Amino acid sequence: MREAIREAMREEMLRDQRVFLMGEDIGAYGGSYACTRGLLDEFGPERVRDTPISESGIVGAGVGAALAGFIPMVEIMTINFSLVALDQIVNNASKLHYMSGGQVNVPLVLRMASGGGSQLGATHSHSLEGMFAHFPGLTVVCPAFPGDAKGLLKRSFREPNPVVFIEHTALYGARGEVPDDPEHLVEFGQASMVRSGTDVTLVGYSGSVHQCYRAADMLSAEHGLTADVIDLRTIRPLDMSTVVSSVRRTNRAVVVEDDWKFGGFAGEIAAQIMERAFDWLDAPVARVAGKDVPMPYNRNLEYAALPSEEDVVEAVLAML
Amino acid sequence: MSVGQAIPTTVGEPPDGDLQQQFLYEMLLIRRFEEKCAEMYTRGKIRGFLHLYTGEEACAVGAINALRADDKIVTHYRDHGHALARGVEPNRIMAELFARVGGTNEGRGGSMHIFDVSRNFLGGYAIVAGHMPIATGLGLAANLSGEDWAALCIFGDGGVGEGEFHEALNLAAIWKLPVVWFCENNGYGMGVPFDDSLANDVYKIAASYQMPSVRIDGMDVLEVYSATQLALAHVREGNGPYFIEALTYRYRGHSMADPELYRTKAEVEEYRKRDAIERLKRSMIADGLLDETNYQALVARVDAEVDEAVAFADASPEPGLHTLYDHITKEYEGDAE
Ligand SMILES: Cc1ncc(C[n+]2csc(CCOP(=O)(O)OP(=O)(O)O)c2C)c(N)n1
Ligand SMILES: [Mg+2]
Repeated sequence: MREAIREAMREEMLRDQRVFLMGEDIGAYGGSYACTRGLLDEFGPERVRDTPISESGIVGAGVGAALAGFIPMVEIMTINFSLVALDQIVNNASKLHYMSGGQVNVPLVLRMASGGGSQLGATHSHSLEGMFAHFPGLTVVCPAFPGDAKGLLKRSFREPNPVVFIEHTALYGARGEVPDDPEHLVEFGQASMVRSGTDVTLVGYSGSVHQCYRAADMLSAEHGLTADVIDLRTIRPLDMSTVVSSVRRTNRAVVVEDDWKFGGFAGEIAAQIMERAFDWLDAPVARVAGKDVPMPYNRNLEYAALPSEEDVVEAVLAML
Repeated sequence: MSVGQAIPTTVGEPPDGDLQQQFLYEMLLIRRFEEKCAEMYTRGKIRGFLHLYTGEEACAVGAINALRADDKIVTHYRDHGHALARGVEPNRIMAELFARVGGTNEGRGGSMHIFDVSRNFLGGYAIVAGHMPIATGLGLAANLSGEDWAALCIFGDGGVGEGEFHEALNLAAIWKLPVVWFCENNGYGMGVPFDDSLANDVYKIAASYQMPSVRIDGMDVLEVYSATQLALAHVREGNGPYFIEALTYRYRGHSMADPELYRTKAEVEEYRKRDAIERLKRSMIADGLLDETNYQALVARVDAEVDEAVAFADASPEPGLHTLYDHITKEYEGDAE
């Protein structure tokens, strides 16, 4: 996955001189998750810019450079630190196009690593995809597979307004087919059906797609049930048509995400299914999500706090 | 370059008579425009937060006239004066305040968020100091593009207490960016006197980021103009950022909602004696550049423009409800298929 992400940035930098990268330790260090390794040597310190630890400052500088015609990619080491840059993301980046009456664009790409599961404790294990999706004016991309990550990231650099590109830390090592074609773009707002079945629709994004996938395996092997597995790929814009037409066939849905359940994005999907497919439902839409606690450090507690494929299977069996 | 002291700032010859005439005209336009805004607010034509700029005109006019057309400006929410000094049409600003079509932002911004990209006026920002990192990014863009335009960032003394101030100044300093930081120190952040909120003088705090930093009389338009020229010359030559603290005063409350419990009428009167418009008028008369007759003609011209702005705004329609989703990716709204 990280190579796909690196290749997308590299190709876009070669294609368009206006693209540059900045972030903490993205240069000499190679990026905390090694996504930018090698790029400093290839493009030099002007276009691969190491910054001080000033998230608000560098995201705001990205907004300013974008206003002046550049296409900056700002890497925020992890999504946890985006919280100190929220003023720039929410009050500036997401709003300037609309608030200026369409006079300005902010072609800014913000990349950040997300997710728990590495025993990093409560401050370093957030999954805040849904929070970003809450803000009109932001595009929120959450790839689950390397090929999509490349096509979506390249597409992000072509978007005239800000894109928050969120990478699950557990997926950096993921392998998969990645197209070489430098014009391989994946369009926003198009979910992909990664597996199809008839008994239930499992919906996920980013890391949770893999739980859905493994749950589908278990359902068919152990219970003789087949599932549609939908990878949303972008959660804003959100492709509800794919979800709704699947649910109208399977009549059941489980939405899976790492983020907290209370007030989370899965609730949005459940509500929209209810609005658009209520008469087709044979059971209430289920949510399998993170437990509502700050992430504990202890391995067993952390495991219990995160959604698992077993939880997904259990939710499906409970709605039959 | 001495850093961290109030150093002499005047460069070269003072602006010629025509330019001084222009300064006087712009300061008067801002003064009368703002007074008209207060009236329109009381009449319910302008809604929301309205922060007026009377008393501070010399800052906008002096600093912005020192810019080139390709220099870029970001400023705070007390922004009408800056927009006017940049040449944004009073009609379009007033229409924005009235929330009408034909307003600078088509009624989507309001008083605190005036934009005019055609004049490189990249916005008024209403989160205190939130635009300061943006100015850093503009400076970065100037450097990356190899062009010699600069960014002017205007903000209040209240911004100095925000983290974004410090991040923005530090980044601009380490990357040697062509940004002129212009602090309008009007003595208060809402009702809090700045010396109660800051551990040091503003220009000294800025100087610690290793950039030239000066404190000037922000109620003297000629001083503001020449200080900003000096600053721009410095940043254009690749020497990194420059900081100006302009001491000024706002005559009205923080916003139209301010009962002004934190200061005395006598204090306001004291500052009015140093009024920037009166001072320029007097010195121009003394230098034979103006007489009372042309002054009155100037006032009449400005008043006519302000009246015309109100008439234009009043005659403009409100944006249609069908335009609600213009300039945003439209989302599913919940209607069943
Ligand atoms: C981050 C933030 N905190 C608080 C406010 C509310 N607020 C608006 S203006 C203001 C005072 C700002 O004072 P200053 O920067 O000196 O500018 P002035 O109004 O004096 O021109 C405050 C506290 C805000 N807009 N943004
Ligand atoms: Mg102030």
